[in-house]
Amino acid sequence: MKNNYASPEDLRWKCYKCNIFLSVGPATLIYMGNKIKAQLPVCPQCGFVFISEELALGKMAEVEQILEDK
Amino acid sequence: MDQKELRLIESKCIQEEPPECTAACPIHIDVRTFIANVARGKWEEAWKILRKTMPFPGILGRICDAPCKEYCKRKGAGQAIEIGMLEQACVKTQAPKQRIIPLPKKEKCIAIAVSKLSGLTAAWDLSRKGYEVTIFEAGGELGENLLSMPDEMLPHDLVREELGILFSLGVEAVLNSSVDDEKFLSDLLNRFDALYVGPDDGGLSSNFLERENVFSGGFSHYKAKSPVWQAAEGRWAATSIDRYLQKVSQTAGREKDGPFPTRLYTNIDNVAFATAVKPLDDESGYTPQEAMQEAGRCLHCECLECVKACSYLEKFGSYPRKYSREIYNNSSIVMGPRQANKLVNSCSLCGLCEAICPENFAMQTLCLEARRDMVQKGKMPVSAHEFALLDMQFSNSDRFAMAQHETGHESSAYVFFPGCQLCASSPDKVKNVYAHLRETLSGGVGLMLGCCNAPAFWAGEEELFEKQFSIFSGKWADLGRPQIILACSTCYKIFKENLNKANIVSLWSILDETGLPRDCTVIKSDVPLALHDPCTTRYESALQNNVRNLLQKIDQPFLELTAKREYAECCGYGGLMQNANPDLAKTVIKRLAGKSSADYVTYCAVCRDNLAGAEKRTVHILDLIFNKDGESVPAARKRPGWSQRQENRLRLKHDLLSDLWAKDETNRKDNDGIVLNISSEVWQILEDRRILVTDLEEVIRHAETSGQKFFNPDTRHFKTSLKLYNTTFWLEYTTSDNGFTIYNAYSHRMVVSGKEK
Repeated sequence: MKNNYASPEDLRWKCYKCNIFLSVGPATLIYMGNKIKAQLPVCPQCGFVFISEELALGKMAEVEQILEDK
Repeated sequence: MDQKELRLIESKCIQEEPPECTAACPIHIDVRTFIANVARGKWEEAWKILRKTMPFPGILGRICDAPCKEYCKRKGAGQAIEIGMLEQACVKTQAPKQRIIPLPKKEKCIAIAVSKLSGLTAAWDLSRKGYEVTIFEAGGELGENLLSMPDEMLPHDLVREELGILFSLGVEAVLNSSVDDEKFLSDLLNRFDALYVGPDDGGLSSNFLERENVFSGGFSHYKAKSPVWQAAEGRWAATSIDRYLQKVSQTAGREKDGPFPTRLYTNIDNVAFATAVKPLDDESGYTPQEAMQEAGRCLHCECLECVKACSYLEKFGSYPRKYSREIYNNSSIVMGPRQANKLVNSCSLCGLCEAICPENFAMQTLCLEARRDMVQKGKMPVSAHEFALLDMQFSNSDRFAMAQHETGHESSAYVFFPGCQLCASSPDKVKNVYAHLRETLSGGVGLMLGCCNAPAFWAGEEELFEKQFSIFSGKWADLGRPQIILACSTCYKIFKENLNKANIVSLWSILDETGLPRDCTVIKSDVPLALHDPCTTRYESALQNNVRNLLQKIDQPFLELTAKREYAECCGYGGLMQNANPDLAKTVIKRLAGKSSADYVTYCAVCRDNLAGAEKRTVHILDLIFNKDGESVPAARKRPGWSQRQENRLRLKHDLLSDLWAKDETNRKDNDGIVLNISSEVWQILEDRRILVTDLEEVIRHAETSGQKFFNPDTRHFKTSLKLYNTTFWLEYTTSDNGFTIYNAYSHRMVVSGKEK
């Protein structure tokens, strides 16, 4: 699936409140007025989105930089 | 900045000016590139460089008298490069094949009545431009005076072969002509659109020479005998004839037709002395090997003085002339990526380039203006300066900022403003200095804590700077505008530019004039320390002298760095380089740390801490003078991290208020007794990622009260996130009776939302 940034390790996490394992679901990333749709690990019940270190410091940082320079 | 301003700025950078040899060459051969190719044995390339500018390179290359040699910078470190002999060596190698494609034929015909190199050059140039050219030769063969040279010097077959190129371009030769006869020449004017004559042959009347379609050349003295000057003369005549026939200006843009003084500066201070290579056989000149060796001595003249001295200018791979163009283009972009943002925001604004540049090119002015422009247009990347601006906000908040008269005084003759970073680095020294000032100075010494707002200034945030600075000025006015004693040279610079200079004085000047503390237990070192001047003192020689006096007064031996005073280098903090480009700041501080193997002494808290952070043993001069804490090796003091720097400021204000003014105000946010356990590895992560402990506390508080967190059954770790300011912080932790143990933290700026069900 395109724009899927959920790794198997991410799905080993549970939402503490809902006590459910995370699954891959749609999420929206917004920066400087730009909306990006992505498939991320989310709580299937409450929708709380999980961002891994790898994603935050890798792809997300890269896109933030591009959008800041636009 | 408009195009006109850009050109003015660009023109100050002289890196693209021609080297002396090219400027001195009457036909401006690209000698530097030619020699570079010879040095690498790239003979074909070298040939092509000659061919680009030189008429009849096979001929002229052998007989060129190289007037450029006189100007060669190598002379200053040995002997000038034997440029003429290198030309000879080159044209003796096999010439690469070439195809000359002349411009489309023009319906104009030109007569040339000079058969010297000048006339032949004019024919060479004009025939390529598509004109019909006829050469009138007095002798029985074209190029007679070239053929009169000895065959060993200029092989006659070669002369005939090269002149043959003219015929291949359609040039006609009329031999045995009466080129000295004015009547004959006048007749030519009936058939030709323009005529080129050489009056050095004598005998032509001024009436004839003044006709508008008669062009004449001819030098007096030595130039007439110089082959390259003759060629130049023919070239200029060809240009004049072409312009005359095209009906365009004869003079526009021709200032650099002949030799001109170049503005290019080339530093030869560190060039090793070397004399010219002597050919084994004087008669036949250089062998290819000898030529390559001689060419290897070429300095490849260029300026790059600023680039050599500045890691920032070096890092972006070019030089200020190119950078100014990139920055201009960056600000003119309407759509698409602004590729020079990083370039604009990485400069430390320290002004070293301006101090070094022979023409005072000021990269810092360019970058600061560009930042202001970006801020005004809303195009400044938020991430570039946010951390520093938030820190400034902290320093100006009630948690740190304060303004008080000395206890027991209703007014202040002085006010001590230690600056945010000295307080962040050495709060105890601030207390020591303030005690000393109260003891030595009369009339009341008030105290003001806060930030001078340099971060806003550097970030190009003019409005924010004005606003914050006026708040500071207001508080200062409330104290009755006492003279401000400054311990930080950045504050000094900012205040000097924004307040009357009479209102400020540096701490170093006060200490130098009023003397050292009586109970001063100086920790000095027997081995000399290397003195590092902060870049913000660049033109403050009096202040720099005060510091030197102080070191002498405490008998501390010290040595000067080469990068001293006017040439002081930045530690990477200036201009918020550390925020916008942390990797570059690391390179910059390493470079500064490597200037001397001795331990350093400096008088800026940030320089001190950045050097310490780069594992360079460094003391602040206050560490030497005020050593009440009994540190035995102040040079080994570690750099306090970002969180510690805020904590130190918080505590300093709290301590001073309670100790001196008997006020027990709490200036810290309630942390609910949250205890964090952080290993040294995780501390390093927090430092590198600029994540403050106070932020972590907020994230945990939120997670623990809301229950919004993730749990990993394998590791039994929690993970949670919270958006603070423009940043979302993530935190991995466990809980126990002893508080919270932190395993990891990171952040991003994108705002994330999932679908609520």
